[in-house]
Amino acid sequence: MNSAGKIIEVKDMVKKFGQFVANDHLTFDVYRGEIFGFLGANGAGKTTAIKILCGLSLPTSGEIKVAGYDVYTGREQIKTRIGYMSQKFSLYEDLTVKENIRYYAGIYGLPRREINIKTKTLLERLNICNIANTLVREIPLGWKQKLAFSVAVFHDPELVFLDEPTGGVDPIARRQFWELIYEATGHGITVFVTTHYMDEAEYCHRVSIMSEGKISALDTPENLKKQYHANDINEVFVKIARNN
Amino acid sequence: MQTILFILQKEFLQIFRNKTMLPIIVLVPFIQLIILVNAATLEMKRINMEVVDNDMSSSSRKLVDRFRASPFFSITRTTFSIKEAEKDLLEGRTGFVLHIMPGFEEKLGKESKASVQLLVDAVNGMTASLTNAYAQSVISDYNSDMVKARGGNAFISIMPKTIDIESSYWYNPQLNFKYYMVPGILVILVSMIGAFLTALNIVREKETGTIEQINVTPIRKYHFIIGKLIPFWIIALFELAFGLFLGRILFGMPVVGSLGLLFLFASVYLLVVLGLGLLLSTMAQSQQQVMFLSFFFLITFILMSGIFTPAESMPAWGQKANLLNPFAYFMRVIRMILLKGSGFKDIAGDLISITIFAAITLGMAIWRYRKAA
Repeated sequence: MNSAGKIIEVKDMVKKFGQFVANDHLTFDVYRGEIFGFLGANGAGKTTAIKILCGLSLPTSGEIKVAGYDVYTGREQIKTRIGYMSQKFSLYEDLTVKENIRYYAGIYGLPRREINIKTKTLLERLNICNIANTLVREIPLGWKQKLAFSVAVFHDPELVFLDEPTGGVDPIARRQFWELIYEATGHGITVFVTTHYMDEAEYCHRVSIMSEGKISALDTPENLKKQYHANDINEVFVKIARNN
Repeated sequence: MQTILFILQKEFLQIFRNKTMLPIIVLVPFIQLIILVNAATLEMKRINMEVVDNDMSSSSRKLVDRFRASPFFSITRTTFSIKEAEKDLLEGRTGFVLHIMPGFEEKLGKESKASVQLLVDAVNGMTASLTNAYAQSVISDYNSDMVKARGGNAFISIMPKTIDIESSYWYNPQLNFKYYMVPGILVILVSMIGAFLTALNIVREKETGTIEQINVTPIRKYHFIIGKLIPFWIIALFELAFGLFLGRILFGMPVVGSLGLLFLFASVYLLVVLGLGLLLSTMAQSQQQVMFLSFFFLITFILMSGIFTPAESMPAWGQKANLLNPFAYFMRVIRMILLKGSGFKDIAGDLISITIFAAITLGMAIWRYRKAA
């Protein structure tokens, strides 16, 4: 799985809502096995782009391929190959941890026996066997995020989209979350992640920075810091924002 | 198929875990049947009336006694001032005034003809016409007694009774209004449960954002929709059975026709209702919006359906409009089956219509439902 090659190819992607241009001719590629950081200020158009890549909405124009399928014609095939975790990490609050896992895995078409076995392994790995039968509404936010991520990759997708997965938790919980992400890439899953936290950008293999619907910079964190004469990505981000 | 089972399992878990859902399922039919069937009656008893007897004769007293003896009237006040009685009528203290003018007995004796005045509060037209009809019948009974007693003609402003009408009422011989209301309430009950719960359930997933998570999965649209509809289809059919059972126990509701046929029709009819709920959910983003939309549709459908007023007495355009009202079909069919014992042949036409309805509503709902954000 860890073979080189493009898993996402985007060329001149445009998305307009009436007069408003949310994505203005985006062009970028994501390679298999990498962690691709998709940064930008609020309203820069990150979520819009993610929704198109996930097959939730159609672009206005542009050539876009995800996991080898065209987003105009192959959205349902794309959906079998990706995982997705939204800002709202959509777990059912009135279902238990186990029931949530079972439901989503079932929808992806995993057989019941496999679900049971994998659930057991997952709960042990996350060390949360004790809350397997607790309602999701009763578990702490950090755990919910980890659970939501595990659910998103439960069906072993080639690629997972994370839309601001770590909002509102403390640095330790965020760190633990990133450990999960690394573990997933270790299994060959490509990660496409948006975030507000610039320290998290440092964990990514490559980073793109969006502002006002355009991609202003795209490179490894190291190269970006060099290019912008900055000590960290935070500074890079501020410099790009000022230039606009 | 397996996917549908996973959805069903999850939906039922959520329904039975929801603290407001079970009371709704059990208590609503109970309360609707007890309160509405008893309260929403068109039968009238003990109409408040006032008597203004300015004649004070034995004849006038006999007429008043007739009213006193009638179960439909209750004399709350006797006065000599028509002004006072009119004031009470205006202020709503009474619904009906019987005014006997001076010289009533004398005229009755001399001219064999006398008049009384009936003043009826007609704010509610239906009540007024019934009050009037009851009063007329009390007076006409009095007339015929007078005729017999005197062997002559004595009439109080009422046409001579030359034809005796003997009515026999079919299918509901005691004219028990409750037998008419119970099926009607049941139609509303299952329709509300079906449409509301379906619409709310799907829109709730929109609000919490879980639907977005479902939409990025490769789930097939119709799997999702079937999984969503089956639970409420089962619950609504259960409600119908439970409501019939309550109707039987509380009111001795007769079941003349075949229950199997009723449930066959209901199960197709429910597809229309659930499809409607689903369709509404595709038009709304929040539970408030969907509530408002459903209220609009349901109230129109309910009031047009013929639950209180017979659909046959609506104007022609209303009856035509009712061809598009699924509630009206079920309202008619449930009464036909329960009260009249209609068989498959009698309702076949309605069954075909409702099947077409189901296909259209569900088709539109599925078409409108988008696996998109």
